[in-house]
This record gives sequence, C-alpha cells and structure tokens, in this order.
Amino acid sequence: MKTVGKGISKIDGMSIATGKPVYTEDLAMANSLVVKLLRSPHAFAKINSIDTTIAEKLEGVECILTYKDVPKQRFSLAGQSYPEPSPYDRLILEEVVRYVGDEVAIIAAIDEKTALKAMSLIKVKYELFDPVLDFEKAIGHASIVHAENDVHCNFDIGMKKELNIVSSHKVEVGNIDEEIKKCDIVVEETYYTQANAHAMMETYRASSYLDHTGRLVIVSSTQIPFHVRRQLAKALQIPASKIRVIKPRIGGGFGGKQTSAVEIFTAIVTLKTGKPAIIIYDRKETFSCTTSRHAMRLSVRLGADSNGYIRVVDIQGLSDTGAYGEHASTVFSVVGDKTLPLYNKTTAVRFTGNVVYTNKMPAGAFRGYGATQGAYALESTINLLAEKLAMDPTEIRLMNLIKEGETCLTYNGKLLGSSTLHKCIEKGKELIGWKERYPVQQIDKNRVRAIGMAVTMQGSGIAGIDTASAEIRLNDDGNFTLLIGSTDMGTGSDTILAQMAAEILEIPIENIIVNAADTDISPYDPGSYASSTTYVTGMAVVQAAQDLKRQIIESGAKFLEVSSEEVEFDGETISMIKGEGSVRLEKLAEFLVLGTGKRQLVGNATYGSPVSPPPFIAGFAEVEIDKETGKIDLIDYVAVVDCGTVINPKLARIQVEGGIVQGIGMALYEDVKFGDKGKLLTNTFMQYKIPCRKDIGNVQVAFEESFEKTGPFGAKSIGEVVINTPAPAIAHAVYNAVGVRVTSLPITPEKVFMGMQNKINF
Amino acid sequence: MQIEVIVNLKKIKMEVDANEFLADTLRKYGILSVRKGCDTTCCGLCTVWIDDKPTLSCTTLSFRANGRKITTIEGVHKEADEFAQILVAEGAEQCGFCSPGFIMTVLAMKNELTNPTEETIVHYLTGNLCRCTGYMGQLRAIKTYLGVQ
Repeated sequence: MKTVGKGISKIDGMSIATGKPVYTEDLAMANSLVVKLLRSPHAFAKINSIDTTIAEKLEGVECILTYKDVPKQRFSLAGQSYPEPSPYDRLILEEVVRYVGDEVAIIAAIDEKTALKAMSLIKVKYELFDPVLDFEKAIGHASIVHAENDVHCNFDIGMKKELNIVSSHKVEVGNIDEEIKKCDIVVEETYYTQANAHAMMETYRASSYLDHTGRLVIVSSTQIPFHVRRQLAKALQIPASKIRVIKPRIGGGFGGKQTSAVEIFTAIVTLKTGKPAIIIYDRKETFSCTTSRHAMRLSVRLGADSNGYIRVVDIQGLSDTGAYGEHASTVFSVVGDKTLPLYNKTTAVRFTGNVVYTNKMPAGAFRGYGATQGAYALESTINLLAEKLAMDPTEIRLMNLIKEGETCLTYNGKLLGSSTLHKCIEKGKELIGWKERYPVQQIDKNRVRAIGMAVTMQGSGIAGIDTASAEIRLNDDGNFTLLIGSTDMGTGSDTILAQMAAEILEIPIENIIVNAADTDISPYDPGSYASSTTYVTGMAVVQAAQDLKRQIIESGAKFLEVSSEEVEFDGETISMIKGEGSVRLEKLAEFLVLGTGKRQLVGNATYGSPVSPPPFIAGFAEVEIDKETGKIDLIDYVAVVDCGTVINPKLARIQVEGGIVQGIGMALYEDVKFGDKGKLLTNTFMQYKIPCRKDIGNVQVAFEESFEKTGPFGAKSIGEVVINTPAPAIAHAVYNAVGVRVTSLPITPEKVFMGMQNKINF
Repeated sequence: MQIEVIVNLKKIKMEVDANEFLADTLRKYGILSVRKGCDTTCCGLCTVWIDDKPTLSCTTLSFRANGRKITTIEGVHKEADEFAQILVAEGAEQCGFCSPGFIMTVLAMKNELTNPTEETIVHYLTGNLCRCTGYMGQLRAIKTYLGVQ
C-alpha cells in the first residue's frame, strides 16, 4: 500500500500548530452579542419569582430570557442518532433548577462587561427543595429530581422517575446462582469511579447568525453537527431546514462535545434578536455546568474453578447521571457490553443495575463510555482472583480471554473476527520486564517498585445504528474533494480518511481536499464518537472512492471509445491495457465539465456496520511508592494495542499516548469533590488536577496488528480503548507494592498511606 | 486608557480598560493565536513574551504592558514554523489549541537554556498543559528540535 499504513503528517497540522484563526471563537462575527447565563446557586429549587426589569434597562443589553420566554418542548442534548435512547428531560430554561449551575436566565449584551452587569441585576427568589446528592441514596429518596409529567423516552429504558431511576438494565446468560455454587473459588469486591472532567483545552463555545436567506447558522466546536441541527430544530420548534451547523477546527472533545452544551443559547438569542451572538464558557462553567463521566459503583463477583478457569462473571452497577439523563442508559449498558465478552470460558454471566438521577451536574459521554468504569472494576477483580488462586495474572488472562474465531455467552454464537490480545500481553510482558520485575522490588528502606497489569476491549462504531455517508468529487482540474460529516477533534481523522481515499484512487494525498463538516454541504454522518470515524466513516470513504474509481474508468473508456474492461487507471492516466490509447486524468476531468451532455463524477457511499469489532489493549504499569508517605510515582507504562491495521502509525501512537495519560489522570490525580450543598468544588485546574508533564513517567507504546475483515483495510478503532487500562493496572501495581487494594478512584497517596496503616480497603 | 506597546515589532496604540487583561486586549486587536484555557494561570495557553520573557497574558493587566515589547507566535513565525514542522512530523499536535502558548514557551526555552536535559525540559514546560497528546510526542519533537538526547 502506498498511503495507508504510512505516518503521514496531519493535513491541518501546520495551521493548528502555529495559531492560525481556525477555531470557533476566531471565526465569530466581530459584532456578535455576548451571551452569558445566570445560573442556579441551589442544587434543587423552584423559581418563585424572577425580575429582569432593571437589568433590561441597562444600556447595551439586547435580550434577557427566562423560562417564560422559551418553547416548552422537552429534548435531550445527547449526541445520538434519532430516536435517541436518552430521555427528553430538558427544557431550554425551566421553572425548576436541578443542580448548582443549572441555567436560570440567558443574557445577551453588546459586550461581556454589560452582560455580566445585567446578570447581577436580575432578581430571583427560589423555593428550596431537599436535594438528592448521594447517588447511593437516590432510589426512593423523598425528593424526586424529575417530578414533571412530560418527560419522554423514545424507548423503554426502564425509567421509574418517581424512584429517581432513569434507566434499568439487565443482561443475563446462564444461571448465576447455580453456576456460582459449582465454583471452587468466588471473589467479590465493590469499586467506585469518579465523575471525571474531559478538560479539553478549548472550552465549550458556539456562535450564530442569520444568513442572507434568514436561515440560522451555528458555528460550533462540536463532535456532532448533524445531531446539533436536529436538537436545535426540536428545542427551538423550527424546521431543521432553517438551520445550518458548521464545525470548524475543534480544540479537543473526548466525548464532551458529543453533548450539545451551548449551541441552544446563542441560537435562541440570534432568533430573538436577529443579531449574531457568541457564547464562550469559562473554565469554571466547563467544569461545573456541562457534563462529566458517569460516576459509578460497581460490584463484581467472579467464580472460578481450581484450574483458574473463570466460570461466572456477575457485575452489579449503579450509575449517577446527575440532573439530566444524557447517555444514561447507553453508557451504563456499555459497562456490561465491554466486560462480559472478554473472558469467555464462562458458564454464566450477568450485568445488571440502575442509573439514577441526582441533583448534581449531568453526566454524559466521555472517552471509554462505561467500558472505562467496567474495566477498572472487572480487571481489578481478575487481579484479585489471580492472587487468591496464586496464579500469575497474565497467565489467568491468557487462559481465559476470548480469542479470534471464538464466541462467548453474550455474543450468542457470533465469532470474534480479529484479536491479537494474547500477543499484546506477551509483548507487554517483554517491554515492562515482567519476568524480572513482577511483582515487587525493594528499592531502599522506604521505597518499593511494583508492576501491575490489565486488559480491555472497546467497540468500533455502534453496530446497526450509526451510519455514515461520504462523497468524493472529481474536480474540473483533476483534483478531488472528499466530503464527510465526521469531526476531526485533533485526532487526525480527516487525514486518515484522506489516506484511505488516496489509497483506493492511487493518488497522492495532496490531491485531495477534505471538507468536514457543514450540514449544508457534508453528507450525513452521526458525528465522531463511539470510536466510529476510522471504522464506519472510513468504510463509507473507501466505498465512495471505489465508486468514483469505477466511474473514472468507465468515463475514460468512453473517452477512448473502448469498453471499461479494456482500460486501467493508475491514478494519473486511464490507459488501454492493450494498445496505445490513453487519457490523463486532468484532461478527462476537464472534458467531463465542458460542453454539452456531460456529467461531473461524484463517488458516493453510505455505510453502517452490523458489527462493532473490538480493539484490544494490554496495559502494564510500574509504580514506585514511598512507604513513609504513600506517595505514588508512575515510573513506566507499557501499552500494546490491537487496533487492526494501523492506518497511520504516527497519529495512532499519539492517540495511544494521549489516552493512556488521560487514564493515568483518572487513576491517580483527577479527584471530584462536591460541597455538602451540591456545589462542585473541583471546578478549576487548581483543584482538579489533570496530569502535567511531570506526572506521567515514561509511556511506551507498541502495536500488534490484526486484520479485521469488516474494517477499511483491516482497521478497527483506537480512540477510546486506550483510556481503559491505567486505572486497574496502576491499582494492581499499588497493591503489589504495599498490599493496599484501592477500590475508589483516584488512587491518592492518602488512601495508600491510610490503607497501609489499617490494611483496609478504600 | 491608552497604552502604547510594541507588538511583534510594530508600535501600536491600544485602548484598554483599567481591569483588562492582555490576552483579551491582544485578541481584541486581532492577535487570534492568543487563547485562554483556564483563568487560573494553570494551563499556559495564553503564553506570550513580554520583553522576550514568556508571560501568562491572561493575568497580566494590559496597562502593565505599556511601553513594553510583546511577542506572539505571529511575530516569530519563522522559528515557530521550524519547530511546528518537527512537531507535526512527530504527529504530536492534536487539537492544536494549546500549541501557540506551548511553542512560545519552547522557543523561549531554547533561547534561555543550553543543552538542557530531559528533566530540565520537562520542568521548564510543566506549566503548559495538553490534554490530547500525553506529552511524550511533544518531548520527542523538542529533543529533535534542540538536538539533544
């Protein structure tokens, strides 16, 4: 292959690296109204009165909206294909506020200072309710977070809102109780994961204006332009045809920008005033008033026989979705979907539990999407089981993990198409020095070093639901335009998709212009989430390129007055296989758009996959712990990845490194704390510590390629799977170092130190 | 109030409020590479040079820049491009939102330190956060750029 598999630089790399004005804020109209939001100081309250009269008189204030001024149609901000499985439980503004930071009024003024001044002049009187803050006490709490009767679910997701249950879920194959009795050993443990912040560097922002035909144009830093258009149409009660969503460059997303946090507020201001508007969340708003990862409690019970074969996997979960149910049921189901198939020598498996509403900031999509939480709980318990069986944790995995060509209880007879996970484990052992260094080494009197490991799987796109389209146009000059609706969040997906098109068309990647994404221009794509872009949009691009190539050959043959079978196309020239006749692509392109009876060539394809082939990763951590303080230093992290064919090794490597470091943050540093009245306390980078350069030790990355028959050039996904192993692997290493099993994230020195004193779990 | 500053070697008169920060002023005057990421001096996105020293412009009151020399990435595009080429070749820019502040710090480090060790490089850049890349690729690019092991 000429282009696929090569470490090509990103096509927008130089622009974004050198600070060119390519992001949402840079592109906003100079005279845009500045939109600010007055937010609730209370976790749960009803607005008894709201007085905006003084604020409205302030010079420069253009519009102030309260719950009285907005449509009453409930919607969901979850970036999912219609009909969304997330409940329609939101209004643009509501009389009831459900978390500290919930929106109370929208203020638009000529500048920020005026908007903030006006905000301070709005008088609100609240009737306070008893908030539901502890998610373990949400079910059956005296307060009901969503007592209104117009909440709507497109499917039965098990909502019992009078009990604060958004969704219930159960997967069970085999008889757990019977099979567990047959096991020689049973281990059980409960884990807690935190409501991590995405902490992308570009906070949430959108701008809007009316175009020359009066249509509403939204420029937004979003992963889901088409879903934004649909949500706006519903929330604002205007036809989707009156809305255009443009996605410029995005300053990071990680799933956060799969939920439409901000677009509705500028859009309604532009509709009400006719003027352009911009909203930019500051860091505190981004931390407190958007979405987080779903915090969960996961209890895992494993049963095994004395040979080390795992027979029963039983996971009981509780997930905290906060005040609104974005992605509540789907994130939760992914906990089971990405854990139960991993160990397939089982006779019974179960995943069951509830997602609950609380009066805290909403949770939503976040890289890993439930698999991360599940991997921490399951893999930690596998390590516990290995210890109880006195087995090497890598050996118990090699015995029990699903292999290529095998099935598992929850796959219902479907065979796993591709996996090199066993090789990933072997390679990882080599790179970390497992034989020499496992489990622990004493460095000096106070310091020990130890190793731990974990494995995980994810998916590639959402099987049977998310479907992407792609178009490739042969331009009049012989170059190509690739039109896609997916979102490059910085991952390099635009580049990778261009590589695929270039490979099929046998042209240099420089000959392709990539246009993404603009809902007026791009073909439909659900957006970039669920690790789908390389796999799902990639297949659409491959097939569109094949379609165009076929048309080029046909048109070339027609030009040469022979049949298609008699010519070949090498990316530059269409030539007769036998004979002298040929036509250069530029000439053909020109010919196709000049004169009468012509047709410009466009390749098209739409692709949705019936399967979601899992990428795999094996992660190995080495930590050093100071026994006097509990201080943990991560020395080394080894990640070996099976993402099928690596389309661009350079960009894939950075994806792995970035995901691992985000996982390290979750494992060791990112602590989420709420005050006793429900206010998020960790709302700046001073309190919420994401890893800096000194925190991460050395990260080593290797690939063990497999070939996924259903994927483009054999590729699977990579974006999410990479975040899942650090938490369980580091927890394992910490246990091997000092014998403390930390079961709630993050693994802080305090927990380790206190654990060493008391030898109890945290 | 009016201040007079030299921005990227050009003398400019700027109208600023007493409580206005330099990052906002520079953006107002069209220098769009300057970005804010945190409001608490934690992330380094807003780094520009004042009199050749890397400075967080999100917490520098604009009037304090009066009479001083301000350099942004637009003013050192040749050097910035040279390093960016290496960074991009390494695949170590992802979303790119932190890049201008990061690159300004890297270029300042090059001017300030001679043959730095890996530890010194990491220490110098600790205030520049990046949520995408995991820092390893950036470090590889810096070492290539500086020609150090």
